[in-house]
Amino acid sequence: MATETETFDTSAYISHHLQNLVYGKLPAGYEREEDGHHEVLEHAEWTWAHSSQEAADMGFNALHVDSLAWSFGLGVVFCVLFAMVARKATSGVPAGLQNFVEMIVDFVDGNVKDMFHGKNALVAPLALTIFVWVFLMNFMDLIPVDLIPKIMEAFGIHYQKIVPSTDPNITLGMALGVFILMLYYSLKVKGPIAFIKELSCQPFAPPTKGPAIILAPLLIAVNLFMEIVGLLAKPFSLGLRLFGNMYAGEMIFILIATMFVGGLSFWFVLGGLLQVGWAIFHILIITLQAFIFMVLTVVYLSMSHEEH
Amino acid sequence: MNINYTLFGQMIFFVVFVMFCVKFVWPPITSAMKERIEKIADGLAAADRAEKSLELAQAKAGEDLKEAKVQAAEIIDAAKKRGDQMVDEAKLKAVEEAERIRTAAEAEVEQQIAKAREELRSSVATLSVAGAEKILGETVDAAKHSEMLNKLSAEL
Repeated sequence: MATETETFDTSAYISHHLQNLVYGKLPAGYEREEDGHHEVLEHAEWTWAHSSQEAADMGFNALHVDSLAWSFGLGVVFCVLFAMVARKATSGVPAGLQNFVEMIVDFVDGNVKDMFHGKNALVAPLALTIFVWVFLMNFMDLIPVDLIPKIMEAFGIHYQKIVPSTDPNITLGMALGVFILMLYYSLKVKGPIAFIKELSCQPFAPPTKGPAIILAPLLIAVNLFMEIVGLLAKPFSLGLRLFGNMYAGEMIFILIATMFVGGLSFWFVLGGLLQVGWAIFHILIITLQAFIFMVLTVVYLSMSHEEH
Repeated sequence: MNINYTLFGQMIFFVVFVMFCVKFVWPPITSAMKERIEKIADGLAAADRAEKSLELAQAKAGEDLKEAKVQAAEIIDAAKKRGDQMVDEAKLKAVEEAERIRTAAEAEVEQQIAKAREELRSSVATLSVAGAEKILGETVDAAKHSEMLNKLSAEL
């Protein structure tokens, strides 16, 4: 076995893979270490992060350019693919791509019809967008972990995370979008009073007469606390579930990939087999997670359309 | 976990793609699918109707055929009857004609006989006068003996 010229740092390999390509704002007076020389920023500056430390120091004032770019690109893939079919959609005998698209549309439409009982023309296309888009984002997980980062590195881009759904910003961004829709429809369909009543008069109905009425404010406060926590938990669980599943899946791919170190050996072959095995199993997970995200979106929106 | 502006970027993309889907993707595809469902339903109904009308047409054709057969039989019967009748008529006519010809011939024969007899009768008078003249040796005055001669010829 060939002796390695560089010792392989497994934890550096892993953390490098988990680092987004970040463009953000470094504060004034920030000390940058670069190729041995020292630099102190005079003004706050929007710049590319050169290390994980810099990315972390940017804090909130940063953009994950890779996540956003892949997410946008995959969204465009979805839109172009489906709009192309939609433009040429024929009520005659469908061919090729139209069959495929109609199958997905029919599947989503069937699910929405089963779960959503209100009247809203937005929900079904929303569910379709979420299902296909999240699926495509998850699908990036099946591309070998080192392939695209290595290609990017050849072009001088040192960090690249190609699975947008392993970025909590992306999954929570969509979940918050869904949350805003939930609030909007709750207010619109139920009306503000019914909505507040729903939050404050469940699960303990406050007494309205008798001496127990003094307990009513306490019960309302307890109800409000519980219901608001429950309400807020919905988007967070929605976003974090997808993130957690995809992050864990990505992590396993990366861990298996560390077995490739050291050239062709028993571990290399085993690693290859494990990658293939995990990828096949992961096909199930990415589809299931996309489906769960869609189903929960529809269920949450259905709940905000229901009047008690 | 590092939450940053990416979150808002993704929210904007989310809104954009959902809007795009609502406007340009969902309606044409679902309307095409709905249209196809209607078309297929119509097609099946039309096929049902066609089958039914085919059955009706077949029944009607069978009936027509039966009727035509009956009519043909009737026509053949009538033709046969008419043929027989014509043969009978022809026979009758022929018999009548034969009868007529026969009677005409008989009448002719009768006439000929009568004529011959008349001639004979008249020639009897002359012959008897001539015979008598021969016998008597003198002429007989026909006028004088005409009464006797007439009597003689009447006796013939």
